[in-house]
Amino acid sequence: MMARDAWKAVAITSQSDIVMARRQARETAAQLGFGNADQTRLATAVSELTRNVIQYAGSGECRIRDASDANFRRITIVVEDHGPGIANLELAMQDGYSTCGGLGAGLPGTRRLVDRFSIESDPGLTVVTISMLARKS
Amino acid sequence: MKVAIPRLGRILLVSIQQDLSDDAALEFQSNLLKTIAKSEALGVAMDISALDVVDSFMARMINDTACMARLLGAEVIVCGTQPCVAYTLVEMGRGLFGADCTFNLEEGLKTLKQRIASRGDRSLTEDSDHDGA
Repeated sequence: MMARDAWKAVAITSQSDIVMARRQARETAAQLGFGNADQTRLATAVSELTRNVIQYAGSGECRIRDASDANFRRITIVVEDHGPGIANLELAMQDGYSTCGGLGAGLPGTRRLVDRFSIESDPGLTVVTISMLARKS
Repeated sequence: MKVAIPRLGRILLVSIQQDLSDDAALEFQSNLLKTIAKSEALGVAMDISALDVVDSFMARMINDTACMARLLGAEVIVCGTQPCVAYTLVEMGRGLFGADCTFNLEEGLKTLKQRIASRGDRSLTEDSDHDGA
């Protein structure tokens, strides 16, 4: 079980790290009590984001954290890279837009899978933060 | 990681394993098409029941592979999409694969045989039926 507020980091430097990151996301979500559907959503979102890292930046990092509190179970994942950044963020977040033939560039699609989504992108730093929440019964 | 492509008469059975890397996925696609061409396969059953995550890359790969196989004249069925995968694909906005889907491999083979028979290709009936169904 992860210590609260501790980040679990996965370096993203190769294709096999995409698999590692999404497995870690699924495992952590399962540990926190998220069901299979949410686990799949998170694993898929992480797969999309880390794939973007490899494709556009070459390398980066995926960090996963248990951000639960008394009322909500919550998992927060940050995918960060130091690549060239997204030139037109507004365009990239539009449905139907994609570069490079749409290979893994589905940011709007990824956003639909999670409860919280934020993105900052400048040349040299792109950070995508996603969260999944569920009220504790 | 190579994906084996066993044959059932003129139908190819492909089972996509967990966590195929991008390069392996493209290699698999290329191998499958070569095998379809070489064996003059009439049908392909793509079993994806082992995949618990299908992201947009993998969805496109399955989609494109199915379309390419159909261009080679093979009937294609995708079998065994996991419920959570179906959920996620639609939520993401990916939509359907470029081929009809069946719940499992058994149904997929039945459907393929029906389709091939209705195309009037007599060659399929020359091979003996191996599955004992």
